[in-house]
Amino acid sequence: MDDVITLNYEVSPDDFTRAGEASSDVKSKLKQMGVNPEAVRKVAIAMYEGEINMVIHAEGGRITVEISPSEIKMVLADKGPGIPDVDLAMQAGYSTAPDDIRSLGFGAGMGLPNMKKYSDDMVIDTTVGVGTTITMRVTI
Amino acid sequence: MTVQNLIDSGKFGTVNVGGDTARGITKPFCCDLLSIAMGRAPEGCAWVTVMGNMNTLAVASLADAACVIMAEGTQLDETAVKKAKEQEITVLKTEMPIFEAALEIYRMLNA
Repeated sequence: MDDVITLNYEVSPDDFTRAGEASSDVKSKLKQMGVNPEAVRKVAIAMYEGEINMVIHAEGGRITVEISPSEIKMVLADKGPGIPDVDLAMQAGYSTAPDDIRSLGFGAGMGLPNMKKYSDDMVIDTTVGVGTTITMRVTI
Repeated sequence: MTVQNLIDSGKFGTVNVGGDTARGITKPFCCDLLSIAMGRAPEGCAWVTVMGNMNTLAVASLADAACVIMAEGTQLDETAVKKAKEQEITVLKTEMPIFEAALEIYRMLNA
């Protein structure tokens, strides 16, 4: 497809002051493009949760966003520890976040469930000790 | 009720006046866990919380809250104030507990 716009972001490890910058940038770009507000909100929420997860669990990573006329595809790739039990990680309330993260208001075990809830399709590809790649799609 | 109406009511102190104060408030929302707020905060809500770090502002912006209200006399930390200014997010404050602050907004919305 000709009119696909690709955006790339690096997510820094352990930097909570910058966590959310990539999602904010995508959100404002989508708004400028006139994408419908509900899709923009879904992308912003799903991507922010993924971004926070990369900061907490995976020493950062890389996010690629592809915007086409029909959908927004987000690929979040990290070289973190991987997810040993995806079904368990998908359960609302299950979290392995450390206490200092919880004191910031995160670590409620809602990250992956929120990502699934707000994307129209989510695929998790993870290998323990190698990393995790999550692909999310939101239909416009 | 718009964000400006809420500011003008004088019932809450002002920490930062954001960009879109003509925006209507849909409902009050109470939550201190950012992960929950991210998924549940209704669009256009007045979000009442005691969690005043800069991730609060990121969540408010991404989840499209109309404004943030710091309850129980809690403060935004310095980085968060800067972020509120940069992102043009309206942040108000009150000594009221969370429930009472939200109830006050609810009453104003339904007056």
